[in-house]
This record gives sequence, structure tokens and C-alpha cells, in this order.
Amino acid sequence: MKIIGAQAVIESLKNEGVEVVFGYPGGKVLTLYDELYQADFHHILTRHEQGAAHAADGYARATGKVGVCIATSGPGATNLVTGIATAYMDSVPLVAIAGQVEVPLIGRDSFQESDIRGITTPITKHNYLVKKIEELPTVIKEAFYIASTGRPGPVVIEIAKDLFGEVFDYQYPEAITLRGYEPVFAGNEEAISKVVEELKQAKRPLVFVGGGVHIADAAEEIREFLKLTGFPVISTLMGLGAVPGNFEQNLGMAGMHGTYAANMATTECDLLLGIGVRFNDRVTGLLEKFAPAAKVIHCDIDPAEINKNVRADLRVVGDLRWTLAQLCKMVKELEQTELTERVTDWNKTVQNWKTEKPLTYEQRPRQIMPQAVVEKVSQITQGDAIVVTDVGQHQMWVAQYYNFTHKRSLLTSGGLGTMGYGLPAAIGAQIGLPDKTVVLFSGDGGMMMNCQELATAAELNLPIKMFVINNMVLGMVAQWQRMFYGERYSHSSIKGKTDFVKLAEAMGVTGFRATKPEEIDEVIAKAFNTPGPVLVDIWVAEDENVLPMVPGGATLDQMVLEG
Amino acid sequence: MKHTLAVLVENRPGVLTHISGLISRRAFNIESIAASLTEESDTTRITIDVEADDELELEQVVNQLSKLINVIKIINLTAVDSIHRELAMIKVKANPHTRSDIVDIVDIFRAKIVDVNRQTMVIELTGEPSKIDALCEVLIDYGIIEIVRTGKIALSRGPVPAKDM
Ligand SMILES: Cc1ncc(C[n+]2csc(CCOP(=O)(O)OP(=O)(O)O)c2C)c(N)n1
Repeated sequence: MKIIGAQAVIESLKNEGVEVVFGYPGGKVLTLYDELYQADFHHILTRHEQGAAHAADGYARATGKVGVCIATSGPGATNLVTGIATAYMDSVPLVAIAGQVEVPLIGRDSFQESDIRGITTPITKHNYLVKKIEELPTVIKEAFYIASTGRPGPVVIEIAKDLFGEVFDYQYPEAITLRGYEPVFAGNEEAISKVVEELKQAKRPLVFVGGGVHIADAAEEIREFLKLTGFPVISTLMGLGAVPGNFEQNLGMAGMHGTYAANMATTECDLLLGIGVRFNDRVTGLLEKFAPAAKVIHCDIDPAEINKNVRADLRVVGDLRWTLAQLCKMVKELEQTELTERVTDWNKTVQNWKTEKPLTYEQRPRQIMPQAVVEKVSQITQGDAIVVTDVGQHQMWVAQYYNFTHKRSLLTSGGLGTMGYGLPAAIGAQIGLPDKTVVLFSGDGGMMMNCQELATAAELNLPIKMFVINNMVLGMVAQWQRMFYGERYSHSSIKGKTDFVKLAEAMGVTGFRATKPEEIDEVIAKAFNTPGPVLVDIWVAEDENVLPMVPGGATLDQMVLEG
Repeated sequence: MKHTLAVLVENRPGVLTHISGLISRRAFNIESIAASLTEESDTTRITIDVEADDELELEQVVNQLSKLINVIKIINLTAVDSIHRELAMIKVKANPHTRSDIVDIVDIFRAKIVDVNRQTMVIELTGEPSKIDALCEVLIDYGIIEIVRTGKIALSRGPVPAKDM
């Protein structure tokens, strides 16, 4: 088929089953945009390229499909960078297509030239600069394959402008060979039997689930494994939802803002079974003293994760769906009560921790407590929503007080902690799952970082319910200043004159406000009953801390529990 | 401990950037790196000398490098019987008084003189890096003008190539 490069891109996207792309046009992708127009390809115009990248990311996290974003060369592509880095840290399958200057102009500091391939090398799973038209179809095929298989991640394709207009004989390759890339699925069965031996020995076992469980789509398997063993379970931020929040054996999130029970269990357990976790510093506290009494078993698809942070006594490298299915199978072969009976004492201990010191906060008579807002939304949505957060205190309160019951129901920037992620990611999620309720929690700081995307939500009439937890401060920064910097609030107050209701309305989004505790039930209900996008500006207590908190450099059992 | 890794990579644009970028961002301790063509036109072989405190650190280097899409295979040549060589050229001051002394030294090291003029000589030496260090050490007294070294390359003994190990 004789077509031009721009058509080839679109044909290739269709071949990959891409239904929608998020992007922003510009000089070096004009020919591509012309073809998008002519092909009537579903394209979402965000109001900033960062928004396009996060939206593609939110789409990918919510649906499990590859998210695609497009930007022009130079400033368009550099605007994608934060979004690409965010996706990289959380292993999100993303293909970012960027224009580049014409082949003869590359390397001459031409207008709107920047070395995107160089810039994105440390934050991509792989990247390409295409300078020969014949290579384009293979590169696109490879990019989608790499982005979506093994441990997923973002792939960048830079395409020189002249290629978009060049006619060539297009053929989409059926197969590709990448000699250095063989994503594993099945692991080593012997390793699994060793794990089962350890499970039989353990007196105080603890299962520790992370985001890998969602990526592998292994929530059912993990739930079955927990039922079979009766073991208690904790989660990372990214793992929330893999196991229902109200499931009895679930002790909640571990780490810096983890629950008392989860952190105590980590400290006391004699066997820690890490499944799809990275043992990131936010979750381990002081690394040398992490899970000091435990043998550590680490199951992950990425061999480079094993022994990166925490030393594993046993490893199972493989797709978690395989690993967990295999584990369940072997556990089923054991005597019915062999595992569950061993751990009755331990289960009593952990349940005591859970009831002794649950997550709590103090209500105040005249101020709305942010945690109460999260609880209320959790109650109304019955856990049946896609919850998107921005970054900061509200993010931790959502993690603590929203009762997640479904897999892939929390979209949050865990690894990079990118403020400004929430709103565009919510847009992507709603595009991907039009029939789902999508809820956004954002801080008043983070909301401003990509508030231009309110216009996108309004234009598309996306029924996202946005709750701005407005404490008039950069809350998480202020909390650290309060706790560790002698209450010197250096540049963390944002008591400006911003009126979020008017901002929403100016962009075409319905805006509501609540300032008193007695108003929140009504305003939240009203938000859910109003069609289209709604932003609710909720004025909350300014000086509330996220607790418990493990201070930097402390061990997990050294939690600050009360303010 | 020092380890010599043979890294076989696809001969594609950007692959060296990916490797050097990874080494620097993961803060791996690399002492030398040398890339070259191989018996297969689509494969490049990179010999990397890495300093690792323990097995875990080495494992991280190998695992992270293996994750790069264009890396085909990594072999730790320190773990097998292998030959390690580096080529150096050393430009040293040499006048009629010192010349014969230098020639003696060159003989002792089984090096070669590849250029001579009234003021200088260029000495070529192939050998283990430590041998090159030793020669440079001795030549310091005469005045070294410049040194260039290729970085170490290594090959296993016996019939099996790295790609089949
Ligand atoms: C892009 C970016 N810049 C800075 C930070 C550092 N940071 C982390 S949390 C935070 C405060 C966020 O304030 P706000 O959005 O109001 O949310 P809150 O903590 O009050 O819930 C800041 C500045 C960040 N995570 N991301």
C-alpha cells in the first residue's frame, strides 16, 4: 500500500487497536494532524502537552491498554517529559509520539529542535528517533510491544517531520524480532515449591502486595491465595484495591503514612512475602531495620527489582498471574488447615493492633476535616468508582480513608509524586471508561498545576466529580515544616485570592463550595447528582497532619501517632 | 572486587547512549568501557570493567544492563578463564642521552617503539592493564607527554563464544 508517513502512523495505530490518542498540534506534526483530521481518528485535544501525557497515563492505568500521546518537537515534546517520567516510575504502558525537525536539520539547533531521545533516555523503557521512512512501521510495532509486555513502561518515538509527508510502500510487520528482549511469563516452578516450604515453616507470615498485582491483573489470584492461607496482608500505596479495604485480613497500607497494624506487622513478621512491590524508601523506612525478623520472599516480573533495595532470601521471577496461580495450586495440595492453624495466634496479634490503634482523626466543631470528606465520598460511591488523586496530604488521606474494593480503582502518582497529575489523569480515565464514576481528589496547590485541563473536561462534558481539598496551604510541605522545621512556613501558604468556583465556571465546569462541616453531605450529594463535570471547593482545616507518620530515617515501628 | 563483563548489544543507533546513560544514573562504578564490532555485523561487543563491593551490587549492574532492550547478553568473564588485554600508546620525552635507557625499558616490557624523532618517542604496548600501568610508572622519570589507552577488552579461553555461554 503506497501511503505517506502520516497515514502510516495512523494505520499502525489502528493495527495496534488504538482507539483514542491525546495530544496537541504544532509545526512538526502538522502533516500527522492533517491525516488525523482526514481519517477522523479519535483525538483528545488537551490544553497542555503535560495534560496529554497524564491523560494517556490515566487512560492506560484505568483500562490496562496502552495510552498514546502526541506532541510537536521541541517545547511540545519537553512538555511531555514530566508525564513520561511519571509513567516510567509507575510502570505504565505509554507510547509518546513526538515530532522532530526535518532530517537535514537535525543537529543544527534548528527552530524547535531538542534532543528528546537524549532527554527521555533515563525515563523510558525504550526510545527511538526515526529518520528513515521504511523503519517507521517496525518501530511503531516494537514500541507497542515493548510498552505493554513484561514490566510495562513508556516508549518514546521521535519522528522527523519530512517522513510524515514521504510516500512509501507501507506494510505493517506481523512479527518483530528483538534479540535482547524476551519478557518472561512463567517462572521457575521449583522456586514456588521452595516458597511453599517457607509458608509451612512461618509462624508470623505477612503478605505484602504492590502495584505489580494490578499491572499483572492478578487481584483475583491474590484474593484466593489469602483465603487459602488465612495470612494477614498489607499493601503499598500502589497496591491498594488489590485486596478489598474492609477484608478482615487486610491491615491496610504500610510505610511512612501506613497504619499502625501494617507497620507493626512488618516489624514483627518472620516471613514477608512481597508480591509486585519495589520496597521503595517510602515504604521501608530505615532500610537496614526493615522487617528485621523476617525472611523475605520477593515475587516480581523484573529480575532487576530483586535485591535492589531489600535483600531477598528467596525470589520468584515471573508474571504475577503465573506466580500466584501456581502458588494457589500448590497451597491447595496441602492439608486444608495446615497453614491457617499455624497462624491463629499471629492473626490474633495483628487483629489486636488493628482494633487497638485504628486510623483516627479528631472532628472539629467549626471546620471540615479532610478525612471526613474522603469517608463521605467513599460511602456514597460504595468503592465502585475510579478514584484519582493528585499529590500531597489529600493523597494520603484518600489512601487511608477511602475503602478501595476493586482492582485498578486508584490512580495516583506513587513513584514520582507528580503534582498536577490528578486532573488530566482523571480525564484520561473517564475517556477510557465512559460509564464509570470517576472521582478526583486534588489539593488546592496541585489543582493549579494543570487547571487548564478543566477546559478539556468541560468541552467533552466528562462527568468527573472533582473535590479540591482546599486547605490554603501546600499541605504536605507545611506538615513537614510544622513537624521538622520549627514551624517556619517558608513559601507554603497559598492563601491567594483564587476562587476555585469561579475558576471552574470560567472554564465551563459547574462549581460548588462547602466551608462548614454541616454542608459537606449535601454538597457531595449535589455534585454526584449534577450531570457533567463538577468541581467542589471544600475549605478544610489548614493545620491537620497526615498521621501516623514515620519520620525520615526512622524505623517503621517509630510512628508518630498523634499530633 | 573488579569484574569484567562482555556485553553483547544490537548494533543500533543510540545503544551506546542507553548504556552510558544507565551506568551514570544508577551510579555504577565503571573503570573502563570499550566497544567494537564483532564477527556478526549486527552485534556490537562492549567490554565493561566494573567495581562491585559484593555479589548483590554486581547482580544489580548485570540485571539493570540486561533490561535495556538492545542488550542481548551479558557474560561475566572474570568468572571464567579468560584473556584480558589493553593497548596503550605513550609519548615520552627522549633525547640522545635517555634514548637507549628507554629502549632497554621497552625491551623489558616487550613493548614496541612505533615513532621516534629528536625529542620524543611513541611506545606501543599491549597487555594486561596492570602491565601498562607499570610501564607508565617507569617512564614518568623521562617525562611522559601524553598517553592514550583503548580500555580493556577480554575474551574467554576455549572454544565457546560469549554468545553461547
Ligand atoms: C510537581 C511537584 N512540585 C512539587 C512537589 C512537592 N510537593 C509535594 S506535596 C506538595 C504540597 C501539595 O499541596 P496541595 O496540592 O495543596 O495538596 P495538600 O498537600 O495540601 O493536600 C508539594 C509542593 C511535588 N510533589 N510535585
